[in-house]
This record gives sequence, structure tokens and C-alpha cells, in this order.
Amino acid sequence: MNFFSTLLPAYAEIFLLVMVSAILIVDLFVTDPNKTATYLLVQLALLGCSLITVSTHQSGVEHLFHNMFVDDLMSDVLKLLSYLAVSMMLVYSRSYMLARGLFTGEFMALTLFSLLGMMVMISASNFITLYMGLELLSLSLYAMVALQRDSATATEAAMKYFILGALASGLLLYGMSMLYGATGTLDVNAVSDAIRHGVPNKQLLTFGLVFVVAGLAFKLGAVPFHMWVPDVYHGAPTAMTMLIGTAPKLAAFAFAMRILVEALQPLMVHWSGMLVILAVLSMALGNISAIAQTNLKRMLAYSSIAHMGFMLLGVLSGDIDGYSAAMFYTVVYVLMSLGGFGMIMLLSREGFEADKLDDFKGLNQRSPWLAFIMLLLMFSMAGVPPTVGFYAKFAVLSAAVNTGHIPLVVMAVLFSLIGAFYYLRIVKLMYFDAPESHVPISVPPDSSILISFNGLAVLLLGILPGNLMSVCAVSVQQSLLLH
Amino acid sequence: MIFGLPVLSVVIWLPIIFGILVLATGNDRNAQLARVVALIGALLSFAVAIPLYTGFDRTTSVMQFDELRPWITRFNIHYHLGVDGISVLFVLLNSFFTPLVIIASWKVIEKRVAQYMAAFLIMSGLVNGVFASLDAVLFYVFWEAMLIPMFIIIGMWGGPNRVYAAVKFFLYTLMGSLLMLVALLYLYLQSGGSFEILDYHQMAIPMTAQILVFIAFFMAFSVKVPMFPVHTWLPDAHVEAPTGGSVILKVGAYGFIRFSMPIAPDASHKLAGVMIALSLIAVVYIGLVALTQTDMKKLVAYSSISHMGFVTLGFFIFNTYGVEGALMQMISHGFISGALFLCIGVLYDRVHSRNIADYGGVANTMPVFAAFFMLFAMANSGLPGTSGFVGEFMVIMGAVKANFWYAFLAASTLVFGAAYTLWMYKRVIFGAVANHHVAELTDITAREKLVFAILALTVLGMGLYPLPFVEIMHVSVSDLLVHLARSKL
Repeated sequence: MNFFSTLLPAYAEIFLLVMVSAILIVDLFVTDPNKTATYLLVQLALLGCSLITVSTHQSGVEHLFHNMFVDDLMSDVLKLLSYLAVSMMLVYSRSYMLARGLFTGEFMALTLFSLLGMMVMISASNFITLYMGLELLSLSLYAMVALQRDSATATEAAMKYFILGALASGLLLYGMSMLYGATGTLDVNAVSDAIRHGVPNKQLLTFGLVFVVAGLAFKLGAVPFHMWVPDVYHGAPTAMTMLIGTAPKLAAFAFAMRILVEALQPLMVHWSGMLVILAVLSMALGNISAIAQTNLKRMLAYSSIAHMGFMLLGVLSGDIDGYSAAMFYTVVYVLMSLGGFGMIMLLSREGFEADKLDDFKGLNQRSPWLAFIMLLLMFSMAGVPPTVGFYAKFAVLSAAVNTGHIPLVVMAVLFSLIGAFYYLRIVKLMYFDAPESHVPISVPPDSSILISFNGLAVLLLGILPGNLMSVCAVSVQQSLLLH
Repeated sequence: MIFGLPVLSVVIWLPIIFGILVLATGNDRNAQLARVVALIGALLSFAVAIPLYTGFDRTTSVMQFDELRPWITRFNIHYHLGVDGISVLFVLLNSFFTPLVIIASWKVIEKRVAQYMAAFLIMSGLVNGVFASLDAVLFYVFWEAMLIPMFIIIGMWGGPNRVYAAVKFFLYTLMGSLLMLVALLYLYLQSGGSFEILDYHQMAIPMTAQILVFIAFFMAFSVKVPMFPVHTWLPDAHVEAPTGGSVILKVGAYGFIRFSMPIAPDASHKLAGVMIALSLIAVVYIGLVALTQTDMKKLVAYSSISHMGFVTLGFFIFNTYGVEGALMQMISHGFISGALFLCIGVLYDRVHSRNIADYGGVANTMPVFAAFFMLFAMANSGLPGTSGFVGEFMVIMGAVKANFWYAFLAASTLVFGAAYTLWMYKRVIFGAVANHHVAELTDITAREKLVFAILALTVLGMGLYPLPFVEIMHVSVSDLLVHLARSKL
């Protein structure tokens, strides 16, 4: 067999790497301050990646590089969604970043590097690959948060993110080394086999598991490893917040699937107990703290903590229904937060960040359409039908009820009631209050079309959620059964 | 079938589509257009609901106008619609009410007319959906979606304390609904993967589970009825809601008939004592509370809660008189409380006060209005010949069969109801002209007369000749009672 054709499953990653390198060079010759050429090239690269991922799709599971890398339906779906999320993020953030002089080649190249990191994470089938992807993603994000050098809050956020992130990576690596010590392998499937066949040192294994779960919780931003989330979301420029808050969640979900489900499935009793604690604490702290926030970005940060807690509820159910519900939840969450952060960027102007709750006062009088879109997004985050957010919660709750976690479900439901309050407050501000400023809202056509699409998607997927649900279910099923 | 489309789907989606059309008419420059489109939409929606009455087979309790399509195959959820003799009445009632609300708020709503009318039409479609759903998830989606327009209606066009009322309304109802969702998921699991409400009716459930399911449903429905002690959102919401918004149907009681009782009959029997006690507290205690109100809208709101006590009482004495009387009471009270809210709205639009003390001698300046108001006040106190009498009388008859003391306490409403309604009427309408506001009042316009005349005819018609209503529901109610008598343990 030809060497190149054996690389088929990794074509998308290779293509992206080539494109990023090309973009870095091309950008040096782009004199246009708007960087239109670079921007188009980036979007083209994303389009190319999607085409490659679709066309190289094979039914079944392909392993590559001595089982370091895996290509299955789940990874293809998650990658496609990551391209979409990154591409949407670039459209939303273009005029916002241009107004702040941050729409540079480095910004775009780093975005693509972080995407590459996510793709490697999604396709990892070895702890080393997983760790490499994670570091590529994280290091790009640290740098991006710090990109706004003259902003004290952004620098502070970057510092916090870096230190805490490095600590988390350390924990993770430590955990992985213990698992290696206990099982003698780093390969995801081999670890699972080794544990099934009996491991002499159970204690080491459990310790390793604890560290790995802690590292995972850090990356997801689940309580008690959530400290970085509010500060980073708040301090970073909104475009970076959007990037951190959206596509990497898909990668983190893949991370959870690869490490907890594929490698450590035999230890499910142990990790699902740990996830129960993480999930309950995240839902409680996230929803309750969000009430007290006056800054929308900070509120969305706490809301993301709560959402991740809810998502973990699906993972800890520990069956295929639960995993596919968690995947569906993650996808829906990414869609909703793209819209939420997109709205903040849309309403921001040069020298003005629309990130305070009060900036949304009377939006219905200034722009009924944008207010309506935001209403859909908020009700979706609160999980009120007929928006898609409801079905995400529904799927997760149904999986949890199925596995007998009824007390947990009742708790989740009560916390989402608390959560409904602060989403409702945004609707209240937009519809019932008088506007504070009457500056006309001017939105660039590309992002205004995109936000309409985004908001309506939340509604339409809410009316017909069946297909997306099935896609998630089938992809999780295939990649688990075929392993 | 209407133009090849199934009736129930049209009845649900037509108002929603018109709601979107109304939204598209844009801002307040086109207010008149928005009103006209909304009225056309509401009238058409009523027109398409008429086949439900004419084509309804009164001899059977099976679901009619059945529609079944797969919706979310992964969870075996269907787009399943159908009505029996009970729900068809509510769909008709709701469709009948929408045009009246639109006409009544014709001039009252002046800002953001299109959004108001749209919210109302969309809500009307969703309420029809609640009554017609035979799939539990579909029901839940309509049930919750209904909250969004209602929240907006109360919060945007309501009175001074509207934001508080809107948020309270939303959170109260959401809490109940979420617990119901847990119960539905449990039933889904127990039934082996079905969300068909009718499957749940037939399914055996152990006692403990029945009680938990009953309690979860109780949380959802009792808030919406509303029952004592979770009624406190209603006075706030109704008082602050714009006049049209006060006319919302009490969809909660329907939930008891469709979910709680048939799904958990043994728990219903076991907990009937509690339910009856809560109902009687509502009837007596809330009746007394109504007596002390100084705000007319609050008074009517409390009177509503007190009357709804009759409905839940009727359900949980498990006999034909009780259940049919309760259903009659729901329908009739929908008309009467709606009419009373509109009456108060008429006064409020002119004087901008809901305080009883600010009025007096209105009969001198608004004789026609006073006459209509008199009729509705009498109906609210249950005068024979009006629709208010039929339901109350039937429930009291049913209660006598169950226990004399239930009937005794329930009948006290005939005294309290008359006391608070007529006392309010006397203070507002009779006597000398109280102040210059009252002296400057002008009598109701032709538009208002039309609305009141329709309501008055309905109230009288239903009171004098209730047979058509009873006839439609009778078979379904008897089958329900037979079903309830069988244990599901």
C-alpha cells in the first residue's frame, strides 16, 4: 500500500497544518489592514478541512500511527462541528477584533492551531496523543487570551489561565503516568484490556484515575476545578471567550469519552461516583453564582459551569444513551453559547463592550429582531421548549432516569429552575425595561445573518430535534461498539 | 379535514402562523394593520375549529380527529393529536375566546400592538396544542412553550408591578412542570419506552410509584389551576396582566383529568381526602379573602381561585355529577371571570384605577355597562339561569352523595360568592356619583357592547340550556369514572 494512502484518516489534520503554515507566511505579505485575504484563506482552510473529513470518511474505525490516532464516526462528527464552530466564531469576531486592532494574522493562525489541537484530541487513541492535542489547544488559547497586550484584565486572565491550566496538565500527566505504571501501556484500548484482565496494583490505578478525572474537570471547568472559568471568560476579549467557551467543549467531550469510557470503562463504578460530585457541585455553584453577576460574560461563564455539570450527568449514566445524550448536550451548548457571545460582539462598538447586563436593557425597542434571537437563546439555555435546549436536558435526564439516578435528576431539575431565573432576567431586561442608550445598533451584514441563522437554528432544531439526536446516538454507538 | 389538512393541526398551527404574520407587520406605525390581521387570524382559527363540534361523535369516548406521525424516533415520541369529549370542549372554548380577547384589547393596547396580538395568537395555538396532545412530550412542549408568550404579555403590557408578577408566574409554573417532566421520564421507563398518554392510562403501577407520580403531577397542575396553597402567583399575575391577559384559561385542571387521575387512580383515591380538603379550603378561605379585597381585579382573581376549588372538589369525589359539574364550572368560569375582568378593564381604561373606593354611582353615567356588569356579577355568585349555577349545583349534588359536610362547606360559596361579588357591585355601581372621574365616564362603545353581548348570551345560554355541553362530555366522563374505579396495582 502506498504510504500516503495509509495516512488517509489524518488528511484533515495534515491539510490544516499545511494551511496554517502557509497562512503564517502569506500573512506577512498581506498589507491590507483588514486582513481580508488572510481571513478568506482561513475560511477556505476550514471549508477544505470539512470537505476532506467528509470525503475521507469510512464506516468503521481506522487506527493509524501504531494505534496513536483513531478515526471513527464520532471523531468525524465532532471535527465537523468544531470546524463549524470555529468558522462561526471568526465571522462573529471579525468586525469586533478589527475595531480593536486585534484582527491579525497571529490571531487567525493561533485559532487554527487551537483547532488542530482539538482535532488531535478528538482523534487520540493514546494518552500521549491526547496530551499533545490538549497542550496544543491550551497553549494556543493562553497566547490568544494575552493577545490584547495593553489590557490589564486580559493579561491577568491569560496569566491565571496559564498557571491553572499548567497545573491541570500536570495533574493529568501525573495521573496518566500512574495508569501507565499500573497497566504498562498508554494505548487507550490496551489500558482497558489490561484492567479487565486484572491489575496487580489496584491502588495505583485508582490514584491515577483520580488525577485524570481532576485534570478532565479542570479542562471542562467543573466545580471544584472551575476557578479559572469566570476570570478568563470575563477578562479575555469576547472573541477569545467565544473560542474558549465553544469548540474546545466538543474536544473535552471527546477527551472524556476516550479516557473515561474507552480506556477506563472497567473502572466506571469509581469514576461515575466522582462525576456525581462534580456534576452536583457544578450545577449548584454555577447556577447560584450566576444569579449574582452583573456582567454577562461572567454570567455566561457560571452558566457554562452549570451546563458542564449537566453534561456530566449524561456521562456518569454510563451507558450508550447517556454518552449520546451528553454529546447532544455538548453540541447544543456550543450552538447556544456561540449565539450568546456572538450577540455580545454584535452589540459592541469601537471602545464599547456590550457585556454588562444593563447594556441589554430595552433591546426590544432598539432592535426587536435581535431581542427575539436573544430571547430564543436565553430560553434555550434555560431549557424551555420549544427550543433545542429543552431536548438536550430531556435527553440527559432521560438517560439518568434510565440508570436509576432519580434523586440526582430531581436535584438537576431544581438547579435548572434556579438557572431559569437569570436567563429570564436577560429577557426581562430586553423586553420590560427602557433602554439606557439610544445609539442606533449597526451590525455588519455577515454576522447579523449568522446570528439570525444561529437563533433560528435553536428554534428549528427545537421543533425537529430528531436528526441531530440520531446523529449523536449513532456516532457514539459506532465508535464504542467497534472498539 | 380542512383543505386536505387534519383539523386539529390546523386549529393549533393557524393561530401561530397568523401570530408570525402579525409580527411581520412591524412596528406601531402599522398598528391598525396588526389589529386587523390578528382579528382575521382569530376568527379564522375559530371557524376552523367548528368542524370539531359538528363532526364530533358523541357516542364514544375514544379519541377522535386522531393524527399520528413519528416525531423524535430516537425516543419513540410522536406527533399524536386527538380529542375526546372533554378536551374538545376546551379547544372550542379557547378558540371562541381568542377573537373576543383581540376585540377587547383593540384600543386598550396602544404600544407594541403587533407584538401583543402576536403573543396572544401564538399562545392561543399553543393552548389548543395542550388540549389536543396525546403524546406526553408533545403535551409538555406545548405546556411549557405557553409560558413564553404569557410571560411577555404580563411583563410588557401589565400594571405597575408587572415584572415581579411575570417572573413569579414563570418560576412558579416552571417548578411544577420540571417535576412533571421527571414523572414523565419515569413513566417512559416503566412503560418500556412509550410516551403515549393513553398507554400510561392502561399501565399497572405500584402504589408508592403512583403516589410519587401523583405528587409530581400535582406540583405541575395545582400551580396552574391554581389550588391552595400554591395560588399566590395568580392574584399578582391577574392583577398586573393587561385585561386580555387575565382571560387565560385555567389549563391546570385539565391536567388532573388527563394525567393525574387516570394514570394514578389508586393514588388519586388514596389522596382524595387531601385534595378535597385543599379544595374546600380554597372555596371557603379564599372566598373570605376575596371579601376583604379593595382592588377589584384582585377580588375577581381570588374569586377565581375559590371557584376553581369547586372544580378540583368535583373531580375528587369521583361521581358523574361531580366530574361533569366540575367541567361545566371550568367552562362557565372561563366565561364569567373573563367577562368580569373585561368589565373591570372597561372601568380601568377610563379611570385608571382598580380601587373599589375610587368608584361609586357608575350606574348613573354608564347604564348599559351597569346592566351587563350586573348580569356577570350575578353569574359569578351562581344565580340560577346563568352558567355559574349549573356547575356549582352539579358539584354540590355530587358532593352530597359523597359526604354531607363536603356539600355543606362547598355550598357556603353561594353565600360568600354572592357577598363579595354583589358587595363590590353595590359599592362600584350604585350610590351617588362619587367623584368627578365617575361623573365624566362615558358608556361603553359599540365594540365593547359586542363583546359583552356575546359573553352575556353565552352565559345565559349555557345556564338555561346546558345540555349540548353535557352531551359532548358525557360518554367520556362515564368511561373515565369506570376507568378510575379499576385498580392499577
